[in-house]
Amino acid sequence: MRIERDVIYIFMATLFLMVAIPWAAGQLSDEILFEWPFFFEVAIGGLLAGVMYSLVALGFVLIFKASGVFNFAQGAMVLFSALTLVGLNELGLPMWLAIIATLFVMLILAIVIERVVLRPLVNQEHIILFMATIGITYFLDGFGQTLWGSEVKILDLGIPSDPGFYFGGAILINDFDLVAALIAGILVITLALFFQYTRIGRALRAVADDHQAALSVGIPLKHIWVIVWAVAGIVALVAGIMWGSKLGVQFSLALIALKALPVLILGGFTSVPGAIIGGLIIGAGEKLAEVFIAPLIGGGIEDWFAYMLALAFLVFRPQGLFGEKIIERV
Amino acid sequence: MYERTLGDVVLEVRNISLSFGAMRVLNDISFDVRQGEIRSIIGPNGAGKSSMLNVINGFYHPQEGTITYRGETRHEMKVHKAAEQGIARTFQNIALFKGMSTLDNIMTGRNLKIKSNILLQAIYWGKAQKEEIEHRKKVEEIIDFLEIQAIRKTPVGRLPYGMQKRVELGRALAAEPEILLLDEPMAGMNVEEKEDMSRFVLDINDEFGTTIILIEHDMGVVMDLSDRVVVLDYGLQLADGPPDEVRSNQAVIDAYLGVPH
Ligand SMILES: Nc1ncnc2c1ncn2[C@@H]1O[C@H](COP(=O)(O)OP(=O)(O)OP(=O)(O)O)[C@@H](O)[C@H]1O
Ligand SMILES: [Mg+2]
Repeated sequence: MRIERDVIYIFMATLFLMVAIPWAAGQLSDEILFEWPFFFEVAIGGLLAGVMYSLVALGFVLIFKASGVFNFAQGAMVLFSALTLVGLNELGLPMWLAIIATLFVMLILAIVIERVVLRPLVNQEHIILFMATIGITYFLDGFGQTLWGSEVKILDLGIPSDPGFYFGGAILINDFDLVAALIAGILVITLALFFQYTRIGRALRAVADDHQAALSVGIPLKHIWVIVWAVAGIVALVAGIMWGSKLGVQFSLALIALKALPVLILGGFTSVPGAIIGGLIIGAGEKLAEVFIAPLIGGGIEDWFAYMLALAFLVFRPQGLFGEKIIERV
Repeated sequence: MYERTLGDVVLEVRNISLSFGAMRVLNDISFDVRQGEIRSIIGPNGAGKSSMLNVINGFYHPQEGTITYRGETRHEMKVHKAAEQGIARTFQNIALFKGMSTLDNIMTGRNLKIKSNILLQAIYWGKAQKEEIEHRKKVEEIIDFLEIQAIRKTPVGRLPYGMQKRVELGRALAAEPEILLLDEPMAGMNVEEKEDMSRFVLDINDEFGTTIILIEHDMGVVMDLSDRVVVLDYGLQLADGPPDEVRSNQAVIDAYLGVPH
């Protein structure tokens, strides 16, 4: 991937602002305490949460790259996979077996979606495929809750969630966040390498660009779609496990998808590295803003900060940090 | 043109009729293609030329007629099967993978040549990597052949039109096809670019022995390159024969050559 100079500038500027604004706020206001260890503590906590945003965004990117479709159902897939996992676990399967079984369920789901929804719609307008994914969303939300019930469920993987002290006791980080970020990080990197350097990655990018041409060189569209939806399903499951352990498995998991939207706008809809970096920036940015800026203006920044940032990007860099430039040829 | 002896029939279409709803796009078309020849399809806009190519590589499935290829007669071609059995093509409206480099675009043309299993590829790096290098070598040969070394790493979306056409040809060549379908490879090109493209078409035919089915509007080019020409008009087959014969055919002159468009 060629990184443009603009990207580096924007990135450096963002990093600079993320340090400079909290620092300045600390100097200007007595209410805000700015100390370096505390700053890093907040930033790291934010980055760790950001990795989990990246994970959800990644599911979107994969499907968008392969089919040009914005998969509205990604959030529903997160919820559905988490519900299935907890449901199977409650039926008596040990957790590891339940995870494997859920992976199979997500694979079958991918095959069914390709067969029943995507294949009949080949070569239709993207907006039609998009609407089909809205249909999938409602189906999964309803089906999942009918099958497994709609009360809040607890998902416990046995990962300790005590805060731990790092860097000689100076910085306080939640162990669970650390483990979650580690797992998500490994998954993200594996996927990025897989799609960048393997034949299937190339086939996937080919399908994303031109269905007909991809068919003409013998790339089997059907297989590619099953593969990306299955991978998106796996990503959804991992996100479902992580967010489900944190927040409990409940309907609001499906809304995680809304947090992925600003991440995508920041990183670009077609870029795997973009999803990662976008997630990190938003995760860290919103935590820093909440701690160091919110007191100045009366709080509650965390809820809308990501969308503000996304809006700014839409105005100044609509293709996102790493997205392909949008060139209209007239 | 020098005297050429044509090989056996490799592809034959018989009584092909294709309709979209009430519109009849191809009407009882029959012709054959011989090993190693350059076979052109000409006709005015909307005559059904591109549709004919789409029937041959399986994008369109005709309602009537048969297609015989490699001794097997069938009612319709399947896209994947066609690609597997050595039919490669370019498109009238360039259909490249715009985000990818020239190299990667041409590399996708080798998709079906890659043997190692997808999953193996993901875990068993050594062997898959070796195979990748071999394919890379083949792709470099094609890049040299088409004289596009300078744009190897450029994302094709940024290339000028003529270059994109060349990359698309490269992608089709990468499959080492038995039959190459070219849908207006010279459309929109200037004289110099057309000459280059004509030279490539002749060289491909000559050096690799590839059979070529060519759609082209430029009569000079068609008359120069083709061994035989099929003429279509509004889905009807007007004539079929060597360039000289077709050129002097009255029906063709009336319907096509005589009418400026
Ligand atoms: N998929 C399709 N659905 C409906 N009609 C089609 C389809 N494909 C082609 N046609 C129609 O078939 C007719 C022949 O089209 P075709 O593209 O084969 O012509 P052509 O000879 O290649 O013309 P040109 O020189 O303009 O490329 C046209 O009237 C076209 O509108
Ligand atoms: Mg055409």
